[in-house]
Amino acid sequence: MRLRSVGILVLVVAAAATLGAQVSFDRLLNANREPHNWLSYSGTTFNQRYSELTQITPANVKNLQLQWVWQARSLEKFEATPLVVDGVMYTVEAPNNIVALDAATGRPFWTFNYTPAPEGRPCCGRVNRGVAILGNTLYMGTIDAHLIAVDARSGQLIWNVVVADAKARYSITHNPLIVKDKVIIGTGGGDGPIRGYISAFDAKSGKEAWRFYTIPAAGEPGNDTWAGDSWKTGGAGVWNAGAYDPETNLVYFGTGNPAPDWDGRSRLGDNLYSDSVVALDADTGKLKWYYQFTPHDELDYDSTQVPTLADVQWQGRARKVMLWANRNGVMYVLDRTTGEFLKGKPFVKTNWLDGFNAEGRPNRVKFPTPEGTLIHPHVHGGINWAPTAFSPRTGWYYVASWENSGTVAVEGQFPRAAGPNNRQTAMGQTNLVPFYNNDTEPYGVVRAYDPATLDKKWEFRMTDITWGGVLATASDLVFSGGREGYFLALDAKTGALLWRASVGGQVNAGAMSYAVNGRQHVAIAAGNTLFSYALP
Amino acid sequence: MRPTTSILMRAALGLLLALLAPARFIAQHETAADVLDGERAYRQTCANCHGPDGDVITGIDLGRGQFRRQMSDDDLVRIIRTGIAGTPMPPSNMTVEQAQKIVAYLRARAASVRAGAGRGAVRGDAARGQAIFEGKGGCLGCHRVNGAGSGIGPELSRIGAVRGALEIEQSLVDPNVDVQATNRFYRVVMRDGSAVTGRLLTHDTFTIQMLDLSERLRSFNKSDLREHGFAASPMPSFRDRLTSQEIADLIGYLVSLRGRS
Repeated sequence: MRLRSVGILVLVVAAAATLGAQVSFDRLLNANREPHNWLSYSGTTFNQRYSELTQITPANVKNLQLQWVWQARSLEKFEATPLVVDGVMYTVEAPNNIVALDAATGRPFWTFNYTPAPEGRPCCGRVNRGVAILGNTLYMGTIDAHLIAVDARSGQLIWNVVVADAKARYSITHNPLIVKDKVIIGTGGGDGPIRGYISAFDAKSGKEAWRFYTIPAAGEPGNDTWAGDSWKTGGAGVWNAGAYDPETNLVYFGTGNPAPDWDGRSRLGDNLYSDSVVALDADTGKLKWYYQFTPHDELDYDSTQVPTLADVQWQGRARKVMLWANRNGVMYVLDRTTGEFLKGKPFVKTNWLDGFNAEGRPNRVKFPTPEGTLIHPHVHGGINWAPTAFSPRTGWYYVASWENSGTVAVEGQFPRAAGPNNRQTAMGQTNLVPFYNNDTEPYGVVRAYDPATLDKKWEFRMTDITWGGVLATASDLVFSGGREGYFLALDAKTGALLWRASVGGQVNAGAMSYAVNGRQHVAIAAGNTLFSYALP
Repeated sequence: MRPTTSILMRAALGLLLALLAPARFIAQHETAADVLDGERAYRQTCANCHGPDGDVITGIDLGRGQFRRQMSDDDLVRIIRTGIAGTPMPPSNMTVEQAQKIVAYLRARAASVRAGAGRGAVRGDAARGQAIFEGKGGCLGCHRVNGAGSGIGPELSRIGAVRGALEIEQSLVDPNVDVQATNRFYRVVMRDGSAVTGRLLTHDTFTIQMLDLSERLRSFNKSDLREHGFAASPMPSFRDRLTSQEIADLIGYLVSLRGRS
């Protein structure tokens, strides 16, 4: 381990001395070769949220010290994961200001201020989950559904294009995905009567190169899964990070709920491609395959989690898979080349299905009724949108989720929290709030799973629920947090708590790691603040 | 205020609705959940003027289905949405569905009161109730009213503005059935065996914050404790401690507590 740490540090020093700010697509594809940087939302296009840095270890993590704090001038939820490029950190001050910071000190270089149009009103918070970088340009989607290119050196606007009409309730809250010379972004707003789509834009000009609608038009395959004209306003927004695999040249995005969310009576049918993962040709946007997690959803089980790509041993042979802990309470393993359903298994208390057919279609057994039906998990899901992690070292998949949550689903009405404390349903605020739940009510938990079996390997249980994500490192650490306002370091092999810091605000984001001046940092947003920790 | 005692609990309202709701209320299939939604909306929107039991405006007793003239459900929905010109009843921006839920709640409540009255309800006297509250009942040992009493239990100076007679009755006769999350009690045991009980203020994976029985703010690290966990409410049941008349009097006093003007 010591030799490995030294090696990484030598690499860091060499990289810092030789690399310019230009971030080529090749660098993005091989981001794990420069672990001092964090070049995309979950580190690489595989979204493993895994850092190769090993300076911070299970043995010394207890010595972590706060290095700096940066306070956002915003009262919105802080959901962004920063990028770090050769000592410069880029993050988003919600809703849509981009900030460049010295990654060593937290001192600001510049701020790009953007004021969204008043009609930019996402359903669930004026939030943003981060920027993307290609060359010397940063890219950000905005809550009024624009895509913006900004010079990473000066913070000056390069171009600003309209992705969708905010007046029609479209919005963008997630980081763009860079593939070759294109910037790929999806449109959120699927709680309203939109028709979601994913678009690719030329990185230089901002001109749209292709568009894929997440709901097929009349005459296209799948349109017959929508009753009447319901497809025109069927939702299926896209509001979280996509993934890319250069071997298949496919981009993968999860899609959101069909609209209206909890009343399926007007949109009878499976409602393709809502609540699905779609695999699109990166050059053309053509659909290669899809898998629908929740056909004809009536519980707002968006499938907008972050796709995590991994190469694992599957039944005795290497297989390229996609791991997916879904809001509907089920964890999936899919073949990412073909879309083949390999395995699905509940990872939290789940009762809406009792199994799958041979093709992986769930057999649904619980439905909203006029009297109300108790359905697990809760309308906010076993997991909502928070990023997961995969460690190639342990081979395990790390997920922060809600356990024991339930919903009373009444036909045609917004589902209600089951249990006496319906405050549990609040979307992540920024500040700490009193929490009174007892041991039988929902709680947050970080767990490790073996993708080969989807069996739980360990768990770390929290008292309050969590909206936080997970980071894994090559020194077998897992970092996470939750609504209680703690930033946690766990042993990736056992789940043992190794360190914690009280950060005074809710953790509503995923952690990331980087190195600068030869020191590994871990950074986490909590409340309205960004914290960066390192060893003394 | 003429509270009555009945053993009907709030949870029964939905069932009663299904049995007793007027046939004309057919815009949707109202449910127990609708009734609870309607109750919440009533408290937030209507109770400020009409009171938690709906009997503050002269000549109107919403909780008993008494209006100045015969009202259909549609009439009530319209009034909730458009108000009554020339009166303090304002219009609202509620949808028809939202207004229907309030009506569903009021109808269910009236049905439950009627059912209770049919079982021999007892009327209470607020003055006698205050005497019980401050004397035989021992309520000031845990509750505070207008600055007098203990703060360990819920503060009751405005309880009549936020809770109706049925809910108060439930708290008196069966206090552990529906304890608000904010009123839960907790007990910790130190490593030396000493124990502390109090009202839970917040807790997380590592710590507990509570108000102990001496009204001191206490904070504990769970790692320092031998054991810890939720405790039953120290609120006793008055079902067998007080007579039906005394409980009615106590309710009469509590519903009269609406804060200082």
